[in-house]
Amino acid sequence: MHAVIVGNGITGVTAARHLRKQSSDVRITMISGESDHHWSRPALMYIYMGHMRYRDTKPYEDHFWRRNRIDLVNGWVTLIDTANKAVIVDGQRAIPYDVLLLATGSKPNKFGWPGQDLHGVSGMYSLQDLAAIEARSPHFDHGCIVGGGLIGIELAEMLHVRGKKVTFLVREQGYWNQVLPHEESAMVVRVIRAEHIDLRLKTELKEIEGDDSGTVCAVHTSDEDRIPVGFVGLTAGVRPNLMALQGSDIETGRGVLVDDQLRTNVDGVFAAGDCAEIKTPEGHRNRITAVWYTGRMMGEVVARNMLGASDDYDPGIWFNSAKFFDLEYQVYGTVPGGTAHERGEDKPSVYWEHPNGLSSLRIVHDDGAVIGVNCMGIRFRHRVCERWIAETRSLDHVLANLRDAHFDPEFYSSHYKAIRATMGGAS
Amino acid sequence: MSALVQIGNPSSVDRVGSEARTHSAFEKLLLVVVGLGTAAVLFALFRPGAIPPKLGVVVFAAIGVAGGLYYFVAYRDTTPGIKNHGVFHSSTSNRGTWGWVLGVAITGFYVALYWHGTSLSGAYGLLDPLAMALTGAAADQWFLYGFLYTGSVLVFGVRMAMKYRHNRYQLIRTASVAFFQLGFAFLLPLMLKKIDQNEFYFTYFWPLKPDYLLPFDYVMGDAGYVAKEYSGFALGRAMILWGAAMSLVGVPVLTYFFGKRWYCSWVCGCGGLAETLGDPWRQLSDKSEKAWRIERWMIHGVLVFIVGFTVLLWVNDLGGRKLLGSDGSGIFWKTYGFFIVMAFSGVIGVGFYPLMGSRVWCRFGCPQAAILGLFQRFFSRFRITTNGGQCISCGNCSTYCEMGIDVRAYAQRGDNIVRASCVGCGVCAAVCPRGVLRLENGERTDRFEGADAPVNDFLIAIRK
Repeated sequence: MHAVIVGNGITGVTAARHLRKQSSDVRITMISGESDHHWSRPALMYIYMGHMRYRDTKPYEDHFWRRNRIDLVNGWVTLIDTANKAVIVDGQRAIPYDVLLLATGSKPNKFGWPGQDLHGVSGMYSLQDLAAIEARSPHFDHGCIVGGGLIGIELAEMLHVRGKKVTFLVREQGYWNQVLPHEESAMVVRVIRAEHIDLRLKTELKEIEGDDSGTVCAVHTSDEDRIPVGFVGLTAGVRPNLMALQGSDIETGRGVLVDDQLRTNVDGVFAAGDCAEIKTPEGHRNRITAVWYTGRMMGEVVARNMLGASDDYDPGIWFNSAKFFDLEYQVYGTVPGGTAHERGEDKPSVYWEHPNGLSSLRIVHDDGAVIGVNCMGIRFRHRVCERWIAETRSLDHVLANLRDAHFDPEFYSSHYKAIRATMGGAS
Repeated sequence: MSALVQIGNPSSVDRVGSEARTHSAFEKLLLVVVGLGTAAVLFALFRPGAIPPKLGVVVFAAIGVAGGLYYFVAYRDTTPGIKNHGVFHSSTSNRGTWGWVLGVAITGFYVALYWHGTSLSGAYGLLDPLAMALTGAAADQWFLYGFLYTGSVLVFGVRMAMKYRHNRYQLIRTASVAFFQLGFAFLLPLMLKKIDQNEFYFTYFWPLKPDYLLPFDYVMGDAGYVAKEYSGFALGRAMILWGAAMSLVGVPVLTYFFGKRWYCSWVCGCGGLAETLGDPWRQLSDKSEKAWRIERWMIHGVLVFIVGFTVLLWVNDLGGRKLLGSDGSGIFWKTYGFFIVMAFSGVIGVGFYPLMGSRVWCRFGCPQAAILGLFQRFFSRFRITTNGGQCISCGNCSTYCEMGIDVRAYAQRGDNIVRASCVGCGVCAAVCPRGVLRLENGERTDRFEGADAPVNDFLIAIRK
């Protein structure tokens, strides 16, 4: 059997590894136009900042693929011919498959802004994006970033570290407050402003202005301001990358439509990771999740299903993490963002914040049972938080056992007394 | 479409060259002091006697104080946190021209030190007054070496402490290596010399110091370090007992509870220098599986060599010295001294910092690290715990592991890290942007699957 995987990101690679783990016979081919080898996308920013080189972001040595008999093809899939069960690479080379996995990831959103395709305007998603930003870097000292999510703040840090002045346009009234509750969002805003980033909340991009050579020279904002900049980073979220699917009969919505077992409408064709849109997601989960960890989980399940199993994708209890400049963030379970209140989806929570304003803990509960934990500047133990939530532990139980979740380095001062004093009174 | 542009060589995303950092006037002044002081020492080196020794100590003190102050001031204005900005853009820290220049310079210093010590007389002459005060004798190249070594640990210790000032583990650990270097590896041995004892290092043990566990006659005789004269016979005996007790009991017990880090990154002088002076080059260690294979052969080879010789000398001694004669240790000292101590721990171990990273000796050659590593792997509570599924495979942990451990390979599988070579410096946990790693001394059962298998198999086998 020949399993072909389109995309060598975390989803595709996890699937390839698990295919090989479970079967020594299956022939595995992984196709990517972006890079010869798998590398860690969340590490993109560290290459630009000089913390690592490209090669340091590769989780496996190059001989790993040969040793595990995973054939790598460098090229862009231009057509998927489901009738003849083949993918066409770069418009010429046909690779036949028995089972196919689409793990094509995302691409940056562009909302039809005037000037969005000018020279000096870039997303921050792929190696190609990074190469473009690197090539542009000697030619500007003031950049503008559009969109206040995780990639936006990463790009802000990148430019800032390389000595550029940064203007950061965020449409919402707080940073990432679809996800972060108000207090946490405010904390990140303080961190951004402490770095002298020109953060403009409730401000949208209206137009990108180019000069005669077709290069960006300014941005115009919704509050009628014109800011001269030499670079614009578009980081207003991502959407599934469906380029490879043009002209195929694989059903798509916003993403590649799949069932709970990550199967598409075409027999033998699967989709997983950022590009997959689950038709009937569990509970309140989104139909599309563009997160590293869920890509990895889907990769594991889809590998089994490609070999004939019928396992449902079960994401388990939600978790995620990020770092905003020097501020670490971890979340476990359900923690409604600041905008949830307006949608009537808010949940009661107790909140403690360190007097220095650089660390906090929030515990969200529902009818007395803990359903979510949000940490800023504190590290908690994944397994313990997961257990609390899975076992619907009470707030009192969690407060009494905070130390079980302690994951900060040795000798760090813990704040459990203060946390208990604040939260115990509030419950 | 721009997304379809292929990158032929993905390294084109890597930048070459770095933006110069701007310095304040005060920082510039401090750098000028360091520069002038260094120039003065070099001048004295090539024109011995050109600078009066009375001024010598002042010159060295000025370099040290200005250097330490520079790092304090330069880091003070940055926000605390991991700031490895431009590490791979800088010529010094990414094996560029300056990296090679430094590597050659430090290597040259070691060659001069070991094989042409007197060529350094101009420099160590500057330290005569200090040496007289501390040891009662004029300075020699070894005094200069100890002085520079300790000075480096202190000055670059300031840099390490400022760089990781948000991390209390790093602060306490850096204070610890500075304390043990200054007190136990520099001042105490010199004071022993002053009261006519030979140097003795309370923080070095067999097998790194093979003579500390050799038959008493070898140790107490001329070949050994512990004098039997002076009121000192009792003192000499105490030293031997201390060394033996630490090698046979102290090291295993402490390693059982804390892993090898209690020594390698908290006490040891080699570790101390690596963690302070060597910190900017930790990312240059080779992370490949091939390097790991070479490492295991080399470090255990050195250990086997020393264990073998120790056993041989004991057998020789107990058997009335018929086997090797009364000077059986001669060839051993020559081999060990030349290959291991000089060439390996000195020239390559420190000279190659800017080329191969800061722990070449600790990783490939140190017999103490080898034995601590075996304890750590099989009989210890220490591990680096991976936090569930939070790893994003970014590679910061592996990149900044000075021992060349591919930490990410374990973390991305959700496995704990239990590796013989891990010195527990804690930098992987510090640089992790997702809070995934934690150094812990916990129950042995949940260190990792199969951790105790060899031991358990052995116990089951002997019970049968």
